Amino acid sequence: MRNPLSKTITTIQPSGIRKFFDIVSEMEDAISLGVGEPDFDTPWHIRDEGIYSLEKGKTFYTSNAGLKELKIEISKFLKRKYDLDYDYNDEMFVTVGGSEAIDMALRAMLDPGDEVIIPQPSYVSYVPCTVLANGTPVPLELKAENEFRLTADELRAAITPKSKILIMPFPNNPTGAIMERKDLEAIVDVIIENDLFVLSDEIYSELTYLENEGHVSIASLPGMKERTILINGFSKSHAMTGWRLGYACGPKAIISQMLKIHQFAIMCAPTTSQYAAVEALKNGDDDVAMMREQYNQRRRYLLHRFKEMGLECFEPFGAFYVFPCIKEFGMTSDEFATELLKSRKVAVVPGTAFGDSGEGFVRISYAYSIDNLRVALDRIEGFITELREKNNG
Amino acid sequence: MREKILTFIEKNSRIDLKELAIMLGVDEAAVANELEAMEQENIICGYHTLIDWDKVGIEKVTAMIEVRVTPQRGMGFDNIAERIYNYPEVNSVYLISGGFDLMVTLEGKTLREVSSFVTNKLSTLDQILSTKTNFILKKYKDHGTVMTAPTKDERIMIG
Repeated sequence: MRNPLSKTITTIQPSGIRKFFDIVSEMEDAISLGVGEPDFDTPWHIRDEGIYSLEKGKTFYTSNAGLKELKIEISKFLKRKYDLDYDYNDEMFVTVGGSEAIDMALRAMLDPGDEVIIPQPSYVSYVPCTVLANGTPVPLELKAENEFRLTADELRAAITPKSKILIMPFPNNPTGAIMERKDLEAIVDVIIENDLFVLSDEIYSELTYLENEGHVSIASLPGMKERTILINGFSKSHAMTGWRLGYACGPKAIISQMLKIHQFAIMCAPTTSQYAAVEALKNGDDDVAMMREQYNQRRRYLLHRFKEMGLECFEPFGAFYVFPCIKEFGMTSDEFATELLKSRKVAVVPGTAFGDSGEGFVRISYAYSIDNLRVALDRIEGFITELREKNNG
Repeated sequence: MREKILTFIEKNSRIDLKELAIMLGVDEAAVANELEAMEQENIICGYHTLIDWDKVGIEKVTAMIEVRVTPQRGMGFDNIAERIYNYPEVNSVYLISGGFDLMVTLEGKTLREVSSFVTNKLSTLDQILSTKTNFILKKYKDHGTVMTAPTKDERIMIG
């Protein structure tokens, strides 16, 4: 029999996060700090709208680009939150989660040999989606000393004549890093001078914790809207991961081509989810604020505990992750995470699951109740105290 | 800061003071001072425990009594409300808009105890026109808390 598989697909490694899942699921009393989704249930009024739409028999396809009502609400949301102007008619469409939007954008924009600059550590799908779209991923190592923010010098150094797209994964999974307005302003000139397009994955945009500045979208900076594909969705902001709903916004010329792929490959995003999402945007701002406040409380708690333990960790202002440095223990991220899981039954994700530059760090999610975090942090404290004694003894 | 403290302790008043200060990003002494001040000002009126007595197997009867009264000149409903809420078996008294005036919740050991309170004490008060006693059969949710066992975390452990 011939090889049934494409050459491309066999070169792609399965997600590094999965390896741990198998070990953790075997353990009875393990505490996981590995989850990458909110611990809140979708607010009831949003679920109720989904149920109501089913009762009313709204079970058909929507138009390819999504419900007009939803697109209007998305347009309003982006305006009121980030001062963005997107025409709901031809500058956006609704996707099956942010993940689909990443895939569609890369497939619509890349030719073989085009390079995609991917700042890392970052979400696991950018590299494989680039490869599947026949592009060439070019990892860019973000640095702890810059709090894992992207600098103009780093960007300049990564650019070649083949560079076409820059992925902007902020607020960042796994580091929790954000790009403030000043950080974005510092790289915009480099982007424009080199005629790059930006794929800005802002799925965590509603979860930022700076006192005096909310999330700033790179698309809102002068000269950037015409070269940015903005990706966002409902998973993190409204605790709607299982509904699989996101959206992409951008210049009409790109969006219309992405929509073509979406039309043939996906048809449309789930109808029930779209009706629920209309409610989320119309009446959900208070829910988002409540969840943000709770995440922020946990974030402060974790950082405080790390400080008490003497565990090095920069202060992340976004998403629901902290990314402490574990280099002092003389172990790889993988060894540290494996040992922590085996000896103390706490699951964290090795930083290397998100790119080589994650070596020496682990991702800890705070999408957990404070009681849960307290127990897990006590165990981690016991673990590192023991490691230090061993290393010094 | 008051609103943040209150929002938090409304759901969890047993939180350690130090942890609360860390989570709110403020000084521990400042939180302690605010709490004390709010207790003095009677903004914080008490710290209670939400108990599902059914699970302990201890019989308790709760009734919500709709009361219609004649308000008094110069006093409105305050005087009669006070006469009712002074009874220790009365849990709460609310002035209500709509078809009746006061909503009185009452807890007793037995049905007889509750009904005897209503017939002997409540109904005999001068200004009371009528009462309607509703017994609670099952408590699903109280103080914003669902009275069932906590749900299991169904998220995939690592993702």
